[in-house]
Amino acid sequence: MPKIHVNTIVNGDAVEFLCEPNETVLDVLRNELQLTGTKEGCSSGDCGACSITVDDRLVCSCLVLAAEAEGKVIGTIEGVADKDQLHIIQQKFLEHAALQCGICTPGLVVSVQALLKESPNPTEDEARLYLAGNLCRCTGYDKIIRAVMDAAETMRGAA
Amino acid sequence: MSDTNDFKYIGTRSIRPDGFDKVTGKANYGADLTLPGMLWGKMLRSPHAHAKIKRIDTSKAEALPGVMAITTYADFPSVSVEAIAAGEGSVDSLDLARNIMADGKVLYDGHAILGIAATTEAIAEKAVSLVEIEYELLPPVMDIRDAIADGATLLHDDLFTEGLDEKPANASNIAVRSAFQKGDIDAGFSAADVVVEREFYTPTVHQGYIEPHACVASFDQDGQSMIWCCTQGHFDVRASVAKLLSMSLSQLKVTASEIGGGFGGKTTVYLEPVALILSRKSGGRPVKMVMNREEVFKASGPGSATRCKVKVGAKNDGTITAMQGQLYYEAGAFKGSPAMLGGMCIFAPYDVENMDVECFDVVVNKPKVAAYRAPGAPQAAFAGEMVVSEIAAKLNMDPIDIRLQNATTEGTRAIYGPKYKSVGLVECLTAAKNSPHYQEALKNNQGRGIASGFWFNIGGQSSVTLNMNPDGTGTIVEGSPDIGGSRASMQLMAAEEMGMPPENFKPIVADTENVAYNQSTGGSRTTFATGMAIIKAAQDVKEQVKQRAAAVWNIDAELVEWVDGVVVNTSGDERLTVAQICAGADRTGGQISGRGNINARGAGPSFAVHVCDVEVDTDTGKVDVIRYTAVQDAGKAIHPSYVEGQYQGGAAQGIGWALNEEYIYNDDGLLQNAGFLDYRIPLASDLPMIDAIIVEVPNKLHPYGVRGVGESGIIPPLAATAYAVSDAIKAPIVDLPCSPVNVLKVIQNNV
Repeated sequence: MPKIHVNTIVNGDAVEFLCEPNETVLDVLRNELQLTGTKEGCSSGDCGACSITVDDRLVCSCLVLAAEAEGKVIGTIEGVADKDQLHIIQQKFLEHAALQCGICTPGLVVSVQALLKESPNPTEDEARLYLAGNLCRCTGYDKIIRAVMDAAETMRGAA
Repeated sequence: MSDTNDFKYIGTRSIRPDGFDKVTGKANYGADLTLPGMLWGKMLRSPHAHAKIKRIDTSKAEALPGVMAITTYADFPSVSVEAIAAGEGSVDSLDLARNIMADGKVLYDGHAILGIAATTEAIAEKAVSLVEIEYELLPPVMDIRDAIADGATLLHDDLFTEGLDEKPANASNIAVRSAFQKGDIDAGFSAADVVVEREFYTPTVHQGYIEPHACVASFDQDGQSMIWCCTQGHFDVRASVAKLLSMSLSQLKVTASEIGGGFGGKTTVYLEPVALILSRKSGGRPVKMVMNREEVFKASGPGSATRCKVKVGAKNDGTITAMQGQLYYEAGAFKGSPAMLGGMCIFAPYDVENMDVECFDVVVNKPKVAAYRAPGAPQAAFAGEMVVSEIAAKLNMDPIDIRLQNATTEGTRAIYGPKYKSVGLVECLTAAKNSPHYQEALKNNQGRGIASGFWFNIGGQSSVTLNMNPDGTGTIVEGSPDIGGSRASMQLMAAEEMGMPPENFKPIVADTENVAYNQSTGGSRTTFATGMAIIKAAQDVKEQVKQRAAAVWNIDAELVEWVDGVVVNTSGDERLTVAQICAGADRTGGQISGRGNINARGAGPSFAVHVCDVEVDTDTGKVDVIRYTAVQDAGKAIHPSYVEGQYQGGAAQGIGWALNEEYIYNDDGLLQNAGFLDYRIPLASDLPMIDAIIVEVPNKLHPYGVRGVGESGIIPPLAATAYAVSDAIKAPIVDLPCSPVNVLKVIQNNV
C-alpha cells in the first residue's frame, strides 16, 4: 500500500509528509519531523505525555492517525514559547519547581494552555480534573497546580 | 560546619539551569536520539509465566526483507558469576544475562527471549511475530505462600537457600534468609501488658516512571562503541554491558540522556546489551530500542510483593518492650529482593531493647524486581507502623506520643549493629504534632493515620571537575544523572563555596569518557556525595587562584585571602577578581580546573513522619485523601523547592501504593493490567495539596549539613493512609491496596 501524502500546519509552519495508514501523529512528529518535545509514555491515551492541539482541540497525539492531520492546524510544545520568550505557563512551571524529571512537562504545558484558554479562572478542583489525563509520577501535582493557578492569575492580569 | 544563617545562596529557590530546555521540549530523553543509518530493535517476549523453550525457529523472520540481525542468549559470551553494581545494591551477572534474554527457560510473562533489528520499527515488529517457538508449559508459582510450600514447583534447580546454618540438601524457592536480633525477645513480650500481632500483604507494584526504557547503541570495531540511554547510572550501564559482552571499559562510551523518572527502576540494564549485540551483528549500524508501556510493566521494575508478620508488645504506660517481624519478599524470577533492607528499616524509628527480625528472599514467576525508592522499606514499615498505631489505640494513647516516647535518638543502637549519630526523628514527630493539620478535628467517615519512616541514605563515589573559563565562569562537569532537579542544587553549592552567583556556574552531566567514575543516582546520594565532590573541586579552584594571585603579586600564598570571588592581598591593597585571574591564566601557569574525586562517607539517615486524613464512602469503599502532611529531616535543604518536591512526590507514590496500585495476574500467571488505565497511579484529581514541612537537623559529617531526601518520603504513606482508612471504617486493614473492592470487603466483613 502506498504511503499517504499529508499537508498540514505545525506550529505555524506549512508541513508536508508521507505516512503509513497506521502511523499516528505522534509517530510522525517524533520520527519524521524530529519534533521530539512531544513524548510517548503509553501509546494508549492514558498518560497525556503526547498532548498536542489539533485545530485548537486538546488531544493525545498517540490516538490520532497521521492521515487525519490533512488540512489541520497542529500545535505542539515547540510552538508554545514566543521565540526566546517563554509563555507565562512555562515561566510559572520553572518558578514553582513544578517539574522534576520533566518528561510529563511538555504535555502538561500544552494541556494547561488549553485549560486556561477554555477557562481563564479555574478553581483548584477544575484544574485538577482538567489535568487528570496528564500523569506525573514525580511531583505529587502540588507544585504543578500552584503553577497553574499562578499562571491563570498572571494571565488574567495581563489580558 | 557553617551556621545555617551564614548561607548566601544555599536555601534559595533558584531557577533550575536545565529548566528552559525542559519546558520547551528541547531536552533530549532516552527515545529522542536518531542517528544516521539507524535500525530499530524489538524484543520477542514470553507469552507464558513459566515454560521450557523446546525449539526456536527464526527462519521466517530472517527471510523478511529489512531484517538485519537476530540475537538470543547464545550470543552472550560465557558469563561468569560476579556481582555488578546496580543502584543501591548489586546483581549477579549470570542472573542479569538470563533476565535480559531467557536461557532455555522463561520465568515470567514478558520475559525477553530474543531481539531483532530491522530497517524500520514496523518490520522489526513484524519479524518478531514471525518467530516460531515451541514451549513446554510448567506450573506458575505466583505467590510467596505457594513458593515456600512443601513440594512447590521450583524456578531454579540450582537455587539453595543462603543464610542457613548448614547448606540445605534440596533446592528451594527461598534464595536467602537473613536475621537481626537485639536483647531478649521472649523477655520483652513477657514484660508487655498488651501485645498485637498481625500478618500483612502488599502487592507487586511498579515504579511507574512515565518515560519507558530506551536506548541507541552503536558498535565499533576500533573500540569506539557507544550507548545512549535513559539511566540513573551510566557508569553502571557501562560496567554491566562490558561485563556481559566481554569488553573492556575503555571500549564503550555511555551517555546518560535526560531521564524521565526512575525511582530505582533505571539502575539496571534490559535493552542496552541487546541493542549493542544487534548493532555488532548489523555491521555497526546504530540500533534504537524503546520499550512500550506493556513491556515496561511486564519486564522491568517492579517492587516486591510482601507478606510480613509483625508482633509488638508494650506496657500500659506506652513503653514498647518487644518488636518482632517475619518478612517474606518476592524477588521475582531471580534472587535479590530487598527483604534484608526491609528488616533493617522496619523498627528503626524505635529505641526498643528487644527486637527480632527474620527476612526471606523468595523467587516467583514474576519479573525480576528492581530497586524502588527506599527499596524494601515501605512494605516493612507498612506492617510495623500499622501495629504500632494499633497498640497506641489499644492503650488510648496519641499515636505521635507513643512514637515520641519510644523514639530513636542519637546513640540508639540499630538492630543491625551501629549506633545512630544525630538524627531528626523527635524533631519530625514534634513538627507533625504541632502542624495545623494535626490540630484539625475529623468529621464523620473520616480517619487519620500517622506513620514514621527511616532510610539509611548512602554516600559513595562521585567525581567532579570544575573547569574555570577565561571569563571567570565555571563548568561543573559531574557524572550523576539529574533525575529531579539536582543540577540546581549543584549550582547552588558551587556558588556558595566560591561566593559567586549561581548563574556563573553551569553544571553538566558528562558521559563516561569525560568525567571519572560516579556511582549511580540512587540511595539519595547525589546532592550529598556529588555535592561534596563539588565543594572539594571548588576549594581546589580557590586554592589555585590564590596561588596565581600570590605569583602575580610576588607574595606568599598565605597572604592571599578569598572574598566572594575576589582575591585580596592582605599585606597590601591589591585585589584581583577570579575573572581577571582566569583571563590571565595563560601567563601564570595555564588554565585552572579543580578536582573533587571522592568516596563520600557519613551519609546521614533521614527520618520522615506523615499525617494522612481520608474520607471513606462506606457504600462503595472509595477512599479520598482529603489532607496530607509530609514532614522530613533534610539536614540542610540546599534548594527547598526541590526538597519539598521529593517529599510530595514520595507521598503521592506511597498513596498510590496504599490505595490503588497492584499487579493483577490471572490463574495462568499472566499480567492482566499492564497499562496506565488499569494500573492506576494517582492523578491530579485524586490528590489534595501535600503540605511539606522541612525539618533541618544538620548532618555533622557534611560541610553544609546535608542529608539525602529522595527516598524516606515514600516509606510512611502506606501505613499513614491505610491506618487512616482503618480509623475511618473502624476495622483493621491488613491487605493493600485499599481499593474500593477491598475496602468494601473489610466493611462488609466487619458488620
